Amino acid sequence: MTAVATTGAAAFLGRYEGLRTRLPGARVAWVEALRDKAADAFRAKGFPTRRMEAWKYTDLAAVTGAAFGEPLTSVDDAPALPPTAHPRAVFVDGRFRPDLSTLDGVALQVESLGAALPRLEGRIGALARPENEPLAALNTMLFEDGLVVEVAAGVAAGTLEILSLAAESERAPAFHPRHLVRLGVGASLTIIETATGPVAARYLHNPVFEIEVAEGARLAHGRLQQEGHEGIFLSTVYARVAAGGTYDNFTLNAGAKLARNEIHVALTGPKAEAHMNGVQMAGDGQHVDTTTSLDHAAPDCSSRQTYKTVLAGRSRGVFQGKIHVHQVAQKTDGYQMNQALLLSPDAEIDSKPQLEIYADDVKCSHGATVGELDADHLFFLRSRGIPEAQAKAMLVEAFLTEAVEAVADEPIRTALEQGVAGWWQRQGVAA
Amino acid sequence: MLKIENLHATVEGKQILNGLTLEIPSGEVHAIMGPNGSGKSTLSYVLAGREGYEVTEGSVTFNGVDLLAMEPEERAVAGMFLAFQAPVELPGVGNANFLRTALNAIRRARGEAEIDAMQFLKLARARMKVLNMPEEMLKRPVNVGFSGGEKKRNEMLQLALLAPKFAVLDETDSGLDIDALKLVADTVNSLRGSDFSALVITHYQRLLNHIVPDRVHVLSAGRIIKSGGPELAEELEAAGYAGVQAAA
Ligand SMILES: Nc1ncnc2c1ncn2[C@@H]1O[C@H](COP(=O)(O)OP(=O)(O)OP(=O)(O)O)[C@@H](O)[C@H]1O
Ligand SMILES: [Mg+2]
Repeated sequence: MTAVATTGAAAFLGRYEGLRTRLPGARVAWVEALRDKAADAFRAKGFPTRRMEAWKYTDLAAVTGAAFGEPLTSVDDAPALPPTAHPRAVFVDGRFRPDLSTLDGVALQVESLGAALPRLEGRIGALARPENEPLAALNTMLFEDGLVVEVAAGVAAGTLEILSLAAESERAPAFHPRHLVRLGVGASLTIIETATGPVAARYLHNPVFEIEVAEGARLAHGRLQQEGHEGIFLSTVYARVAAGGTYDNFTLNAGAKLARNEIHVALTGPKAEAHMNGVQMAGDGQHVDTTTSLDHAAPDCSSRQTYKTVLAGRSRGVFQGKIHVHQVAQKTDGYQMNQALLLSPDAEIDSKPQLEIYADDVKCSHGATVGELDADHLFFLRSRGIPEAQAKAMLVEAFLTEAVEAVADEPIRTALEQGVAGWWQRQGVAA
Repeated sequence: MLKIENLHATVEGKQILNGLTLEIPSGEVHAIMGPNGSGKSTLSYVLAGREGYEVTEGSVTFNGVDLLAMEPEERAVAGMFLAFQAPVELPGVGNANFLRTALNAIRRARGEAEIDAMQFLKLARARMKVLNMPEEMLKRPVNVGFSGGEKKRNEMLQLALLAPKFAVLDETDSGLDIDALKLVADTVNSLRGSDFSALVITHYQRLLNHIVPDRVHVLSAGRIIKSGGPELAEELEAAGYAGVQAAA
């Protein structure tokens, strides 16, 4: 008998060896090859450590030091679902649940990745880079399910919700859903994605998105990360935008005890646009990280990034934003702003903007600020009868305004405002 | 209504108020005049409860209760209002949202029903018309990009909407044109009655032609050095503070 590792990279590699012949696509040669290659990359690097440039400020000890189990295979509980006005795909512990989803009559093609896998050759893995990002390697090695969303050319497909729930269980499941989104030429779609789970459940949610936006298409991708207090959320999004297309990502990164929101966007055709905005909010014991990487790989493209971080209690926030302007990308117009508001002396923010510009005719600006609530502003509101907690909430909301107003999409903005309000309620405005 | 006794206060360790005693009965309006740096704004901040203004001696009672033991918002709910000498700008906080939140906070604390956005709008529009404020000022962030005079008008709008029992006006008249000055006076005068008092801090006698005070006090080096009727303001206007200070 050989000892079986229960924690760290070895545990996940061990699981892969055990499941290799049973995972979706196990007898499909290209899937096997893809997974094996990812496993090799993951074996070589293991989980990221703080010695890696991209992980300097975020420690994964909470992942590597803990044992995770498998999600239950037959989940027949029906968790309570929030109401929705949109078609919705529901996942529980990373598995698509057709019984809980309502996708009838949508103007787009949606199916479970588990089922669609054999016909996805060349698409899964087209954008993800397991050799660079160990968490994408982990996902590639072990993904079992996900959502495949396709909008045909010219179709305005409205709004689709994706809801990811963690089940109430003692198993501390790790799940690695793989989602593919493709918009045809001139198509449009709004996705509102919510990730949440029970307050006290331990789990690891490690989703990877691969998103292709064709010429002139527009994807608005709103993400509400509201995982449970003991959850871990490590998400990697890869998006590629063709000429005249727009990828508009807004992420509320507010839940989980450890959350990484990593986004890679490549603008590959002229006049493509990327909007990456977000709000991070953390309270006592939380660590939230947003890391963006933007490739301006074609001329006349523009990008807008505004990220706001609010930290209360003993919490930590990270923002890293890299903009790479390739030599061909003349007339690039890039803007990046990240601002942090510290509500407690025990809160800490690390921020690292990074510009690499190889074209000579570009307009690129970036800025970063860190501050506290203004005592004069707070006093003014209180002197008008507004209780301290409410006054703080108003000022925090004001701080977030710029990022929230950058959200053009109405359903996403509404969901976001509710998400921010919910965060305050959960905090009890502890700050 | 307001009774200040032997008030001593420091800011950043610096002694600013030095045994200030002043009583303002219900229904009266008093004016405070005094040279720059004499402690007028400091007094107003101490009354409103601003952090960093430390009372080292003395007391302030407001309708029989210890004002100094209360949080700023509790003072507001109890009926204390300060119109700031330099109102702050609040980027990202909509004026309408702010005004309604303040009004409802006070109503809630008093056990009154909160008012909804429609009711508020009606109320605010009526007050703004009187104050000659364009309605779009409700949509803008609080005081952001407002001119000096517009900020003061916005303070008067708050005064009119919140209808406190006691108002401190810290140089609300400074920088105002003559029409605006009358609007400030109208706002205060419309509140005058047996259950309202005010302390009007000003450098100019002109405002006191429109808000006729019951008493005028001279503050110098953190103490009241002389008190009198409205005619005292005229004397000061003519002769300056030197004579009063020498006599004290
Ligand atoms: N935060 C502070 N730190 C140090 N000194 C202060 C502070 N705030 C006020 N002071 C000092 O306290 C004194 C009184 O200031 P205050 O603002 O009360 O004067 P004032 O009578 O309102 O003057 P003005 O007529 O110019 O408005 C001044 O000398 C001022 O410099
Ligand atoms: Mg002053």
